[in-house]
Amino acid sequence: MSDPSRESDAEAKARRGRNIALALGLVLFVILVFVVTLVRLGGNVAQRPL
Amino acid sequence: MAMASAHPHTEARQPARWQDFIQLLKPRVMSLVVFTGLTGLVAAGRPVNWFLGAVAIFCIAVGAGASGALNMWYDSDIDAKMRRTRGRPVPAGRVQGSDAAGLGVVLSLFSVMLMGMALNWLAAGLLAFTIVFYAVVYTMWLKRSTPQNIVIGGLAGALPPVIGWAAATGQTPLNAWLLCAIIFMWTPPHFWALSLYTSEDYAKAGVPMMPVVRGAASTRRQILIYSLLFVPIAILPAFTGLGGAAYLAVSGVGGLIFLLLAVRLLRSRAGEAADPRRDDGLYDVAAGARTARNLFAFSILYLTLLFATLLVEHLAGLPALELFR
Repeated sequence: MSDPSRESDAEAKARRGRNIALALGLVLFVILVFVVTLVRLGGNVAQRPL
Repeated sequence: MAMASAHPHTEARQPARWQDFIQLLKPRVMSLVVFTGLTGLVAAGRPVNWFLGAVAIFCIAVGAGASGALNMWYDSDIDAKMRRTRGRPVPAGRVQGSDAAGLGVVLSLFSVMLMGMALNWLAAGLLAFTIVFYAVVYTMWLKRSTPQNIVIGGLAGALPPVIGWAAATGQTPLNAWLLCAIIFMWTPPHFWALSLYTSEDYAKAGVPMMPVVRGAASTRRQILIYSLLFVPIAILPAFTGLGGAAYLAVSGVGGLIFLLLAVRLLRSRAGEAADPRRDDGLYDVAAGARTARNLFAFSILYLTLLFATLLVEHLAGLPALELFR
């Protein structure tokens, strides 16, 4: 008899897909915040008096 | 995010795929919101850094998606009873309700915070208001309690152009609210035309849509009344310095067709049950439903054309009409 707590192949594949999607989402978020910071602050830094 | 739980509507447990979480965000609604939000951003007429403009539209899209996820979490009991919605991830048992709610809350916070940091806090505040209005006022309260649900709730779908405008300028002048008013007045004829031929589903789920509560004849009358109010508002941007000659032509001709379809719907038997004593009852009802489908389909085309024309006119730098400026 199979172990009911054991993950099936389909479940493992779906979990891997979710994990990859979540990782990509987090990476996108980091890049987005980084570039937004550059764009928002970059102009001000360039214009500050020396 | 956890695995989907066993559910009475599914015979075997299906694992949640990442695509199910995308489906929770209602991508089709997102695309409409992106389109109207972009029109508001461009029509504002102030140059915006292209990257920040893209971030603003992204935030509006994610905020709309978050509202969709919260809606699918709260309405899973209703969705399970309707043919159109029972395949959604939560009622189908592929995603747990708590996961949908978690996704909605996280994306709401993410979109509002990013909008505030990247653009301005007026746009972020309007986005937060829109999400709360859709998820709490419409979904949790109005939808189950009054046939005016989509009239008042329509405000959530009407706000994206104002958010786009605020993101570009930090202000919301009358022309921005005019774009909001167009979508707001468009919503009742659009949704009631749809509900005239899907009212059976809504009745089964206990949702008090207008045809279920007041009947088909009253709904058809109210569709015409709202259409008579909507069309002049749709033409108005041509007189406020927002739209040009092309907009006047598109909104005028399209408005006449809209009214014609609303009158034909009024004269039809759309939404009424077949009369078993009449031999042609079945065909009568089918013909009636067709008038509702025609108005529903044209309403989508008309709104798309209105906003597309404004978008093209502003991107191409075409002059606005100066009739009453």
